[in-house]
Amino acid sequence: MESKEARGVREIESRHQALGLAGEHLLEMYYYMALARALDERMWVLQRAGKVPFVISGQGHEGAQAGVMYAIDRDLDWFVPYYRSVCAVLMKGMTPRELMLSLFAKAEDPSSGGRQMPGHYGHPRYKILSTSSPVGTQYPHAVGIAYAAKVRKTGEICVVSIGDGGTSQGDWHEALNFASIHRCPVVFVVENNGYAISVPQELQMAVRDIAVRAQGYGIPGYTVDGSDVLAVYAVAKEAVERARRGEGPSLVECKVVRLTAHSSDDRQEKYRPVEELEAIRSVDPLVVFRHYLERAGIMDEAKYTEIHTRIREEVDDATTYAELAPYPDPLTATRHVYFEENGE
Amino acid sequence: MAELRLIDAINQALHEEMERDERVLVLGEDVGRKGGVFGATEGLYDRFGGERVIDTPLAESSIVGVAIGMAANGLLPVAEIQFADFIFPAMNQILSEAARMRYRSNGAFGCPLVIRAPYGGGVHGALYHSQSVEAFFAHIPGLKVVVPYHPGDAKGLLKASIRDPDPVLFFEHKKLYRMVRGEVPEGDYIVPLGKAAIRREGKDLSVFAYGLMLHEALVAAEEVAKEGIDAEVVDLRTLRPLDKETLLASVRKTNRALIVYEDNGFLGYGAELAAILAEEAFFDLDAPIMRVTGPEVPAVPYAPPLERWFMPDARRIAEAMRRLAQY
Ligand SMILES: Cc1ncc(C[n+]2csc(CCOP(=O)(O)OP(=O)(O)O)c2C)c(N)n1
Repeated sequence: MESKEARGVREIESRHQALGLAGEHLLEMYYYMALARALDERMWVLQRAGKVPFVISGQGHEGAQAGVMYAIDRDLDWFVPYYRSVCAVLMKGMTPRELMLSLFAKAEDPSSGGRQMPGHYGHPRYKILSTSSPVGTQYPHAVGIAYAAKVRKTGEICVVSIGDGGTSQGDWHEALNFASIHRCPVVFVVENNGYAISVPQELQMAVRDIAVRAQGYGIPGYTVDGSDVLAVYAVAKEAVERARRGEGPSLVECKVVRLTAHSSDDRQEKYRPVEELEAIRSVDPLVVFRHYLERAGIMDEAKYTEIHTRIREEVDDATTYAELAPYPDPLTATRHVYFEENGE
Repeated sequence: MAELRLIDAINQALHEEMERDERVLVLGEDVGRKGGVFGATEGLYDRFGGERVIDTPLAESSIVGVAIGMAANGLLPVAEIQFADFIFPAMNQILSEAARMRYRSNGAFGCPLVIRAPYGGGVHGALYHSQSVEAFFAHIPGLKVVVPYHPGDAKGLLKASIRDPDPVLFFEHKKLYRMVRGEVPEGDYIVPLGKAAIRREGKDLSVFAYGLMLHEALVAAEEVAKEGIDAEVVDLRTLRPLDKETLLASVRKTNRALIVYEDNGFLGYGAELAAILAEEAFFDLDAPIMRVTGPEVPAVPYAPPLERWFMPDARRIAEAMRRLAQY
């Protein structure tokens, strides 16, 4: 008779195999999640050490982001991020050095040349649209990008992300409405961590699942456990394929956890119970996924060490590189207010 | 009298007004359990409860729009916009609704509403946590605009704003929150809207400023005083309605005017001051009106050298004072 362990492995294998994913795919996802986490943790250390004034990041959101980004064509498709999209922008092509350059606000920061706060990602080469701070404004942009893709027949789709609080903005609703009327190839992602800074979901909205709002716009809505990478991937794949087929937008709500305070300016102990802060550790997507990989026999101790050694080197390199890089010259500060004939 | 910081004075005014009048309530993002991202509403939730201290959804248009309705039906809402930079989703409600309610109803409906918002740069806030937005609102008849500098004023002006029958935009410079202390009278202390304050008397030139720039102007005035330039520093406090009398009287005395504001210069608030001086005090002026302002870029950049480049400060103001005094 088959042992319990063997049966477990077989069930697990059938899970990712059913999605058409092999071990190497899962390891790639894990690598990005772990890289995002390591960079993210380093950012907080640097902030605490007084090397940078501010950090805002995505610890706890990595699983949702890896699942979604793995479902798109990362070269072809567009992404409109928000400040927690650390893992997502890495998967879209941004490098650890580029993220650190933005943290340190250095001239070479590809997102803004040191003009914006960290977390405001953008990169023309990777089709990551430049982002601002006002929550919600990115949603209509994604619809426009998708509309343009349709008109120009580029075959691209657009993924856009936001937090639960952001879904309260008019822009959010207006975007869903517009996109559904015109069947724009866009995937609306909400990374629902249950809080908007200190405001809990029950004071943000009267529904439990944001995905139910899709109904009001006549599009499919999915609620998925954002700590379960494969579950997110499965749902995102459906949404991406639907968009690609020209059938229009979908709304994907990933339930995630915010493992850190909102930002380095926040103290979450003031409004979140200690038990809650302890409990969310058990659904840390990185821990959950590692466990899956181990049980499926995809990652052993040696593989784990190999991945994490590589990541540590990359994070060290990025930190040193960005710290030593020069600040932007104030003489450049008046540039790019308007189009420049010879503007880089 | 207690020496308080600006943030404490605002907090005290809110506590006292909510205590005094149960129609007063506070609404905004994170104003409840967290006590506001800067702590301005600290303690209100515990004292007055969730019905009067509302953690709103993340949607500025509804924060202001709902407040307008509350005001129409007997409450006195104090809405907080977390950063002045995020007031724009509520622009339509403020300009089309709050500002025009009284006029369009021929006086039948009013809009007794206060909108508080931290503004200004110099705090590593970058493009979207540093803006000075006062000019957009001071432009609009029907709105009042207040920018306190002194903690005592912050209390007195906020109380006056809450009791004012019309909509008031109350902009607090976030860098001033914890920077300076000042005497704050206890109890029911009111500073009437529409009155400027002379912070430093002088005879050689007049400096007009508000908010953080007022602080920088005072520092600059002490600096040039060592060189024998005696500057008068006028704190405008209420940008609309403007205290024209104090403005004109000061220039009639000193015959020289320097206007300082942090926003970019073009069509900023100080442009109106310059126009008024040119129209009404032309023959009293011995020198061209001068301005020290932020540069013509859309907002304050983040990298420290760029942020320093943007921010007008005491050094730049002192330089302008010297040039003006030489005329
Ligand atoms: C229009 C606007 N209002 C307020 C803010 C300040 N702010 C920044 S993030 C945030 C909370 C966002 O919460 P949520 O959308 O749930 O995303 P999360 O941070 O939880 O991922 C707020 C209120 C802002 N950036 N933009």
